Amino acid sequence: MSYRTPITDADLHAYVDGQLTEARRQQVEAHLARHPEAAEQVAAYQNLNDALTSRYGELPAASEILPIPAPAPRSRRWRAAAAAGWVSIGMLAGWLAHDLNPAGRAGADPLVVDLERPAAFAHSVYSVEVKHPVEVSGTEQAHLTGWLSKRMKADIRAPRLTDEGFQLIGGRLLPSTNRMAGQFMYERSDGQRVTLYVRRGDWQRDDTAFRFARQNGTSLFYWIDGSLGYALAGELDREQLLKLAHAVHGQLHGQNAVKPPL
Amino acid sequence: MSTLHQDIAALTPRLQRYARALLRGDVAAADDLVQDCLERAISRSHRWRRGTDLRAWLFTILHNLYVNQVRRQCRAPDTVPLGDTDPADAPDSGERHVIIDELDKAMQCLPADQQEILLLVTIEGLKYREVATILGIPEGTVMSRLSRARERLHQLLNGERRPGLRRVK
Repeated sequence: MSYRTPITDADLHAYVDGQLTEARRQQVEAHLARHPEAAEQVAAYQNLNDALTSRYGELPAASEILPIPAPAPRSRRWRAAAAAGWVSIGMLAGWLAHDLNPAGRAGADPLVVDLERPAAFAHSVYSVEVKHPVEVSGTEQAHLTGWLSKRMKADIRAPRLTDEGFQLIGGRLLPSTNRMAGQFMYERSDGQRVTLYVRRGDWQRDDTAFRFARQNGTSLFYWIDGSLGYALAGELDREQLLKLAHAVHGQLHGQNAVKPPL
Repeated sequence: MSTLHQDIAALTPRLQRYARALLRGDVAAADDLVQDCLERAISRSHRWRRGTDLRAWLFTILHNLYVNQVRRQCRAPDTVPLGDTDPADAPDSGERHVIIDELDKAMQCLPADQQEILLLVTIEGLKYREVATILGIPEGTVMSRLSRARERLHQLLNGERRPGLRRVK
């Protein structure tokens, strides 16, 4: 058999890495059959690939995956970003509104930084997932809440929203700004999803009224209850979401405020 | 433009895996590097053109940050010199660890760009052309460095000169 182009070392690498055209791959295989030293070289490369893959090939666990940072709400960077058009008017309005807030700038308000934004983003990331919306299924609710409670060192519970037409489909542990957070996901029979985000934080208060925010079509109600902050997010109108927020608050209210450290 | 953010989020695990491999298990340092990468990507997302390869763009940012970090570390006094350290010098502590540590140590003996090429090709499964784009070098250079990297790694792990010359039957 004669080759149009001689088989080079580069071909052997590309063979191992699966980067040859089918025609060339067959030529290399014929070459390997006739040249044991080349075949041994290919086997050595393959062994290296296998060793590298088994040592470094594992993806981080879901709970270790970093959240996408929110753009810094200050300085030229912010204005440039806004000018470039990827900041929604809603967020900008929220930022301006928070400037009037006695708590000071948006960047200094832990409710916005540690609760509203990460909850909105976590919702946008996972609520659209078809295959992997949750890490632990709602059918294992006791396991899920037990696990989240243990990791977050708080009594974490998943409220029932079946009377409002939403079934718990599960939840996950998430890294938040400086603590861990949990996310429960609920789904209505028409496919509409809402998420409840919960975490501890340095809120410097132990209860607040509901706050409302809207980002890129996602509505959020969020509040502080005891040591925990909650944010309920969904693509619902304000009234519908408020009804759900009342249901969640009603079931979870006070559970952490009345639980003294033992 | 939440879709860009979602696309970046979908690639984040791969960036973390790659950084952890480059920094060989220093998870905190690797995640810091990826965090910097994500912040830079978000703050510069107006520069990314829709329709171009987002993965290559993110890995390019990560590569540049990594190179800067390696440069800084090379000036630090407590680093291990790259080049001719022998993994066999390392104290061993049990059979299972030896194999794993040997690969780590052998990788550490390779120049930074060769490590990156090996990982991008084998772990990420990138085309040589894509690796060339990310590292900002010609494709031919990727090939020659990949070849050198594999030969050296094989030699470090097997204590011999060239693959293919070990056994005479």
